[in-house]
Amino acid sequence: MPWFIKTKSEREAKKKLKDDIWVKCNSCKAHIFKQDFINNLNVCPKCGWHGKITAYERIGITLDSGTFKEINETIRPSDPLSFTDAKGPYAEKVEASRKKTGLNESVVTGTGKIEGFPVVVAVMDFRFLGGSLGSGSGEKILLAANYAYDHKIPYILFSASGGARMHEGILSLMQMAKTCAGVARLNEKKIPYISVLTDPTTGGVSASYAMVGDINIAEPGALIGFAGRRVIEQTIKQKLPDSFQTAEFVLEHGFLDMVVERKDLKETLHKILSYYNR
Amino acid sequence: MERELDFEKPIFEMQKAVEKLKSVSGDNKENFEVQLGELEKKLVERKKEIYDNLTPWQTVQVARHPRRPVFFDYIKNIFTDFIELHGDRCFGDDQAMLGGFATLGKKKVMLIGHSKGKNVEENLARNFGMARPEGYRKALRLMKLAQKFNIPVITFIDTMGAFPGLDAEERGQAEAIARNLTEMARIEVPIITVVTGEGGSGGALGIGVGDVVLMLSHSIYSVITPEGCASILWRDASFSPKAAEALKITAKSLYELGVIDEIIPEPPGGAHTDSQRTAEEIKKVLLKYLKKLSSLSTSKLINKRFEKYCSMGKFTR
Repeated sequence: MPWFIKTKSEREAKKKLKDDIWVKCNSCKAHIFKQDFINNLNVCPKCGWHGKITAYERIGITLDSGTFKEINETIRPSDPLSFTDAKGPYAEKVEASRKKTGLNESVVTGTGKIEGFPVVVAVMDFRFLGGSLGSGSGEKILLAANYAYDHKIPYILFSASGGARMHEGILSLMQMAKTCAGVARLNEKKIPYISVLTDPTTGGVSASYAMVGDINIAEPGALIGFAGRRVIEQTIKQKLPDSFQTAEFVLEHGFLDMVVERKDLKETLHKILSYYNR
Repeated sequence: MERELDFEKPIFEMQKAVEKLKSVSGDNKENFEVQLGELEKKLVERKKEIYDNLTPWQTVQVARHPRRPVFFDYIKNIFTDFIELHGDRCFGDDQAMLGGFATLGKKKVMLIGHSKGKNVEENLARNFGMARPEGYRKALRLMKLAQKFNIPVITFIDTMGAFPGLDAEERGQAEAIARNLTEMARIEVPIITVVTGEGGSGGALGIGVGDVVLMLSHSIYSVITPEGCASILWRDASFSPKAAEALKITAKSLYELGVIDEIIPEPPGGAHTDSQRTAEEIKKVLLKYLKKLSSLSTSKLINKRFEKYCSMGKFTR
């Protein structure tokens, strides 16, 4: 074999080595030294693009070290419709996602502290079936809200989701009503509910708990919206600007309180919590 | 002659035969009366047989039938004294979502529903029943008004979904629906929801958080349109019949999944063949549940609603 032709395994090994060392920014396309990217909380040091982070990474940078206690971690999807699509059974997708991420559902919930303030948190993880809202995720978000209600602790919810999980059909739609019912009850005891919308927060998740925070915060550049860009373009037969459905667009139209960089989020949450006069 | 759906062909052929027999029998009626009676009986049986065995995709066609009764028909045939109330007090008056005071038998209620049109002009004016944020905000305003007047809320769902447009996004389609879900969970009067045609995802649920949720037997209710699901999960919209089946969107499936409380039977041949009778069936069931819900105290009502939605979903612990 000539020296300039590489075998498949050689190519893959080279790509893996490259991926281990470099990250390409989705926005400015710069190649970033991976360790620099990680040290910068998965934010591009050159242009400030906010990449996705996992639920546990989010918990790590938000809560005081060692304070997180997970609740309901064993809740996982079942397959109520015995759903199968072109790519195979839903049940197999769930198992693959569980194996890949080490998570049982698209959201991690628990309690912890932010600069000493007790909070209940729910953090979605986009890696688990696109962060989709299924019955298990809805249950966890509800139970976390109920924990906040029972213990009178502020509830902070980080969204990262494409929307409802089609594979669970109507039951996934009902999770929108279920989670909102949980959040609605907090008002009765005057318990703060802070929603943090991260990239992406769309469809059924934006149209339920993510948009009804007492305070809505988003990360810069996050995709936030109800309908998909392609669907809207087909409906209105015109091209949408690049800025459409960004956090900044949603802020401008009055549906967010603020857009906050990841590095400043913990401090911002702390300051807001300090105004809660229990 | 109205447009027929593929699976309705045998019905239309029999109907033609009946008419033909009627026209030739003109003079010597008595001779044909027995045959005519038999044929008409067979026609009803055949209709029932076909409509009892619709596939999910066929049900989608019936739910979207151009002659299917729309909200206006139900307002006229079920209620009296409809006083329409306009506007969301923020932006405008969405014609895809209507509401107002209405009387059901002797009961005063707040009536809200998606409003599809019956022809192209009406549908253009009503945006095919696809509401914008101002529609959902108008609905919520009326529900709060119902709370103040202490009268129950009845909502009629028939929409392909909330309108996916630039203006709708700018004015917060997601927030409007989310707000309704949150507020409806705590509204202090009974809420009864009827899915009459298409229950299209968040756009349907936005007025659908009822204490009791009912569906007409050939209506559908889904998290996404079969077309949308097919183009995402099968990468080809021609798989819509398959998606319709997989998504379990028929009244029967929803009843089995514990999402709805009762199925309201349509006349054989579907609601579009007898708008009046469909309305009567709905009225009967609405009165039954209004009576049932009115006996509950406010706190019991809200707790029961909370528990109802908390118990939705199936997962492994």
